[in-house]
Amino acid sequence: MPYMVQKTNRKEFKMKKFKGFIKKEFYHIFRDKRSLFILFGMPIAQILLFGYAVTNEINNVNIAIFDKANDAQSEKIIQNISASNYFNIEQIIYNEADIEKSFKKGKVKAVLVFEPKLAKKLTKDNKANIQVITDATEPNTATTIINYVSVILQKIQMNLNKDIKMPYQIKAQTRMLYNPELKSVFMFVPGVMTIILMLVSAMMTSISITREKEIGTMEILLVSPLKPFQVILGKVFPYIFLSIFNALVIVVIGYFVFRMPLEGSYFLLGLESVLFIVSALSLGVLISTISNTQQTAMMISLMGLLLPVILLSGFIFPIESMPRPLQIFSNIIPATWYIIILKGIMLKGVGIAYLWKETLVLIGMTIFFIALSIRNYKIRLE
Amino acid sequence: MKDQNIIQVKNLTKKYGDFFAVNEISFHVKKGEIFGFLGANGAGKTTAMKMLIGISKPTYGEATVAGFDVFKNPEKIKKNIGYMSQKFALYDDLTVNENIIFFGGIYGLKRKIIKHKTKELLSYLGIEELGKTLVGSLPLGVKQKLAFSIALIHEPKIVFLDEPTGGVDPITRRQFWEMIYEKAHQGTTIFVTTHYMDEAEYCDRVSIMVTGKIEALDTPKKLKEIYKVDSMNEVFLKLARGE
Repeated sequence: MPYMVQKTNRKEFKMKKFKGFIKKEFYHIFRDKRSLFILFGMPIAQILLFGYAVTNEINNVNIAIFDKANDAQSEKIIQNISASNYFNIEQIIYNEADIEKSFKKGKVKAVLVFEPKLAKKLTKDNKANIQVITDATEPNTATTIINYVSVILQKIQMNLNKDIKMPYQIKAQTRMLYNPELKSVFMFVPGVMTIILMLVSAMMTSISITREKEIGTMEILLVSPLKPFQVILGKVFPYIFLSIFNALVIVVIGYFVFRMPLEGSYFLLGLESVLFIVSALSLGVLISTISNTQQTAMMISLMGLLLPVILLSGFIFPIESMPRPLQIFSNIIPATWYIIILKGIMLKGVGIAYLWKETLVLIGMTIFFIALSIRNYKIRLE
Repeated sequence: MKDQNIIQVKNLTKKYGDFFAVNEISFHVKKGEIFGFLGANGAGKTTAMKMLIGISKPTYGEATVAGFDVFKNPEKIKKNIGYMSQKFALYDDLTVNENIIFFGGIYGLKRKIIKHKTKELLSYLGIEELGKTLVGSLPLGVKQKLAFSIALIHEPKIVFLDEPTGGVDPITRRQFWEMIYEKAHQGTTIFVTTHYMDEAEYCDRVSIMVTGKIEALDTPKKLKEIYKVDSMNEVFLKLARGE
């Protein structure tokens, strides 16, 4: 018999086959510039982009001052405002007409108008007014500016009232837990991590599997002694590694560049991330069973996975303020649960005792996706 | 062992809903034979072949390939056959050597054997200097011969070729058939689908499928006698028109 397959040590044999498969998969990835960019450029670009550019905080907002009072009190307030990092006094205005002009030029986002004889009124009537005019073409920024100004004014007022006892006073003592400085980057790091893992795991695997279908090698692999599940496992395996690597990069950048806290257990964070990666991978396999071309796979991944992750997972828009049907829909997105878990571990430092419910949901979803893709695969082979 | 039938098919059928893609076909292929499996597009030849190579389950019927049952032992069949698709599917972004190592590897060949085979194969194809070239940059004819050689790398008893000469020029086709002859002489059974009727003349025996059924099966010479024509092309046309 010329037939040469040796029957020695079958297990060793299987490992060798598997290694060869993985090696080939890495060749595909490292020889394709597009894959390389998505795998390694994208995570870093996205996290820096979200971290620096897309933020809800305000910093060095240009404002204008129209000081009709020009007395000691108004000067003190202006000093306080310019001393904060939030505002930058760009312009001093001397008449009403210039207020609108400066807005129209787009140079300033807000104008503070001090009423005449501010100091006098304050001592005489115990009351003085400062008008805050904002450019509400960006509603979020406008509200934030008003809030920040109010806080600064309150502080000044408190200083003034230091020595006086108010007869009745109810004060809201606020404390912002877990993110006292309200840094939006704390929100974005978990979100970006979720997006990247979804992208790498689901989109890249679905594309790489359909690619084999398109060029016809999938057929060759299925005719070979490799079992279908071995083929899929071999395709998926490299992406588990790359996803874990990406998660690590994001956490490290978040930690060192944006001072993202990491309160909870690293181990739990790792485990939950692997769980999410597996669920995303099984989604990728599922997509590859229903699409025959790389383009279809990419479109389904982008529209069906990425968009919901960005819009409905609570990453950018809070789920609580969505209409009811969308709230329900957000529950079936794995990313929703993963983001809750991430925020819990990273910001609150809670353990599995608080996150078991979310973890179970993720496990359940993963099993469901795997079962569905196995079923789809079988139908294809029938 | 000499006259043993390496493929044996009886009433093999594949139904999709009410549609018979393959309708109770029966035939056998002898060891070392070049068996031409002809038919128009959509006649069911690809479906029939997919059942034989174990990637599609027959609805009913019987078939053994290389001595193994397609229902009970599809995995054993896979180890004993080679397959080359009409796309000459290889990995374009891998080099010639890497492709050989990969495909040899999934058939469980040892490293040493693969190394030896690579050398042999490259010199056989006359492309010794192309081992480190990406397959994507090879001319189609070379890629076709490489795909064929890789399909044979584990020395299967039977090799299934699905329209292996689509899109290549007549000279390359001729060279390719010479390779097929050579392998058949060495004892490999060749099961080939094609719709080039001149190629049918090269086969030892041909079967012609029309709408899911095998309408004719014999040597090209006999078929031409039966239908009283000069070429396989005319045989095919007569059958396709239902004469």
